[in-house]
Amino acid sequence: MGLSRDDLVMRAGLVVLAGLLLLIVGLPLWALLAKGFEDGDGRYVGLANYVSYFSTPAMFNSALNSFHVAAVSTAIVVPVAFLYAYALTRAVLPARWLFQGISLIPIFAPSLLPGLALVYLFGNQGFFKVLLGGSSIYGFDGIVIAQVFYCFPHATMILVTALATADARLYEAADALGASKLRVFFTVTLPGAKYGLISAALVVFTLVITDFGIAKVIGGNFNVLATDVYKQVIGQQNFSMGAVVGMVLLAPAALAFVIDRMVQRKQVALLTSRAVPLIPRPKAGRDLFFTVFCSIIAAGILAILGMAIWGSLIKYWPYNLSLTLGNYYFANFDANGWDSYFNSLRMAAGAAIVGTAVMFVGAWLNEKTRGFGIVRGVVQLLAFLPMAVPGIVLGLGYIFFFNAPDNPLNFLYATMAILVINTVAHFYTVGHLTATTALKQIDPEFESVSASLKVPVWKTFGRVTAPICLPAILDIAIYLFVNAMTTVSSVIFLYASDTKLASVAAVNIEETGATAAAAALCVVIVITSAIVKTLHLLADRFLLGRLQAWRRR
Amino acid sequence: MANTSTFRRTALAGVAALAAIGFAGSAWAQKTKLTVYTAIENEQLEPFKKAFEGDNPTIEIAWVRDSTGVMTAKLIAEKDNPRADVIWGLAASSIGLMASMGMIEPYTPAGAAALKPIFKSGKNPETWVGMDAYLAVLCFNTAEAAKGKKAKPTSWADLTKPEYKDSIVMPNPASSGTGYLTVAGWLTIMGEEAGWKFMDALHQNVAQYLHSGSAPCVQAAKGERLMGIGFDMRGASEKTKGAPIDLIVPKEGLGWEMEVTAIMKGTKNLEAAKKLADWSASLKANELYGKYYAIVANPAVKSMPANYPADGEKLMAKMDVEWMSKNRTRILAEWTKRYDSKSAPKKQ
Repeated sequence: MGLSRDDLVMRAGLVVLAGLLLLIVGLPLWALLAKGFEDGDGRYVGLANYVSYFSTPAMFNSALNSFHVAAVSTAIVVPVAFLYAYALTRAVLPARWLFQGISLIPIFAPSLLPGLALVYLFGNQGFFKVLLGGSSIYGFDGIVIAQVFYCFPHATMILVTALATADARLYEAADALGASKLRVFFTVTLPGAKYGLISAALVVFTLVITDFGIAKVIGGNFNVLATDVYKQVIGQQNFSMGAVVGMVLLAPAALAFVIDRMVQRKQVALLTSRAVPLIPRPKAGRDLFFTVFCSIIAAGILAILGMAIWGSLIKYWPYNLSLTLGNYYFANFDANGWDSYFNSLRMAAGAAIVGTAVMFVGAWLNEKTRGFGIVRGVVQLLAFLPMAVPGIVLGLGYIFFFNAPDNPLNFLYATMAILVINTVAHFYTVGHLTATTALKQIDPEFESVSASLKVPVWKTFGRVTAPICLPAILDIAIYLFVNAMTTVSSVIFLYASDTKLASVAAVNIEETGATAAAAALCVVIVITSAIVKTLHLLADRFLLGRLQAWRRR
Repeated sequence: MANTSTFRRTALAGVAALAAIGFAGSAWAQKTKLTVYTAIENEQLEPFKKAFEGDNPTIEIAWVRDSTGVMTAKLIAEKDNPRADVIWGLAASSIGLMASMGMIEPYTPAGAAALKPIFKSGKNPETWVGMDAYLAVLCFNTAEAAKGKKAKPTSWADLTKPEYKDSIVMPNPASSGTGYLTVAGWLTIMGEEAGWKFMDALHQNVAQYLHSGSAPCVQAAKGERLMGIGFDMRGASEKTKGAPIDLIVPKEGLGWEMEVTAIMKGTKNLEAAKKLADWSASLKANELYGKYYAIVANPAVKSMPANYPADGEKLMAKMDVEWMSKNRTRILAEWTKRYDSKSAPKKQ
């Protein structure tokens, strides 16, 4: 089979993408992970570090704890998020936009926020301490509660995308054939959302495994792999052992990659070119159930946010509960004052614009290029890696790689650009998965028809694919923006004197004991992202009204 | 409306940032910009910078500040292409580690002769000179103690009493420098065997080993725990803010650490860096340190910031810095084996 001009262009694009990912993900990671095979003085020692690590019992405990906490969190988050996403897409909810907005609040918040709020609510001085019945929030239970809060929007976002596009004809057919509701759910709805469900589970599992912020604030003595990395790297400056634990943490990602490849082979496009979009019609019982369900979940999210807002106004917890706005004068708590907030805005805008373009075009190239399996596999692997990498590992890897004296790119180091690049790389996986999920639902027939009409493939991309996927594209941009506003663990190594970020400042402020001011900065970050998200929802409504009109009948 | 004002603010910020870059660029043309890495407290950054720049108008300080652990990891990771010119305010043990890796430019600052001997590296020329010392003290919450009718401890030995079960927090020595100096302090004061025995008993009362040296006193200040073993200045500043805590210096003595100044090898601004090192050892600088710390390098400065424990300096353990760094891996391995995994369960 000869290669057409389209094939050549797309393959070239894919090679460029693979090169880019290698540069911003692969090589920096290797720059750190390679230290796992060296001793403290940089001599090659083979697997000696691995042997010494695996022979300590503490390591086995941490791995087991990590696995345990991730499995329990995933088992809670995915079903809840599925029901919530189902309600948003397949039921008729009053104020649906409000429920959708509230579901995203946890993603707007730095992971410090649920930690602080849970201590205020359930800590030893907390209001609802009695609810825990004598057990402590510090430890396994606390981590799971905070992780469920933190991971919920990630899963919901993927599942909404997966459930949003359905072919009404399938449901009509099932109905006509007299299939029961339950049967329709298990034979039409679930299989259609299978790819999204598995993606959501993989994302939540790896998020929990790699997260350090929550384990640090609320984990107590419950050691996990991510705290092990912290101890080695920050506590003892032992990069070799840090690299070993970092490598162990990649195992879930490798597994996720394999599972994804297996599922992908079986996935069929849902939205064929003849599909008829599904529009939920009102149905009293179902709608009432889902309204109540979503209200409960939303109330839980708002309680945590509300506690943080109240906490940010308190003078001195818990001994002086009078209210003040003084905690919002950040110059009293951090030398950079409000500057770090504006740095965060610039960084987040940059990451959203650059990252969305790269991720969507990248996912499209990877999905639609014919053949070329090896390069596509490389891209897929590199796109999956960042999710499994703890921020500490990626941040240090960036120092080693981008600060190397012989790296021609080292002019980027200590600039705003490196923060943008690092953030895009760090959050690549979910953006890539969202784009891929959206693209998978488009029938390849669109491309075949275009090809037979001799329309160049990029015209189909510009006129058909991108407009169809516009909701997903906007979702990716917002996802990047809000994560850039909250990210800490990787960028903490990379900011310079004039590029400090608000999220990092919040952690620094919290360390000095000014808990209320840290909560205040978190609240400012949440409000900013909420405003941006509101704009997005308005844009979405407008764009959906125009560009997505074809989805309705 | 909120939307438009956000846009306007963002746009204004963008314009302002561009303008600032332009103006600053021309102003910096004559000034030497010195990149200074530090772990001093946030509130000290402005006063320190202003005081130095007031005496050295041709030099401008650009701070990069984070916690001790993050800054040390960053400095070592940048080893092959250092970005800092000077380190002003980082733990002596971190600088010691970096010196052993050949990352420090030896230099004896002009005023070094006047400083207390323990505040100097003892090398010629000096690899570092000290600024101030901080102690791992006990922050004791009197309000919670009154509620639970708990007695106020006066010694480390008191902490092993059963009445304090699950009411003590301390930093994990594997994650925090303050944690390690606390443990090393006990081993120094009590000797190895008695020291480990003490920690075995203490472990029964420890609710949590935290990941930073500031957190224990903050938790004690906020009543999350009855007491925390941690960084003295954090306890003093929480007390000043209104926390019902007492800072206790246990009578057996205690571990401590110094903040020091050093010049990075390979700095392109060596002359300016030396000026900063000179200034950091001056009497004027020491008076500035004295506003925040009770124990500073220059013996002429007698300071007592608000709410500091009075007899801290007398009870400082005779710490052997070299012994501490040489035995660190062994001590942490032993500590981790005993207290940081499920293989060492607590007696219920």
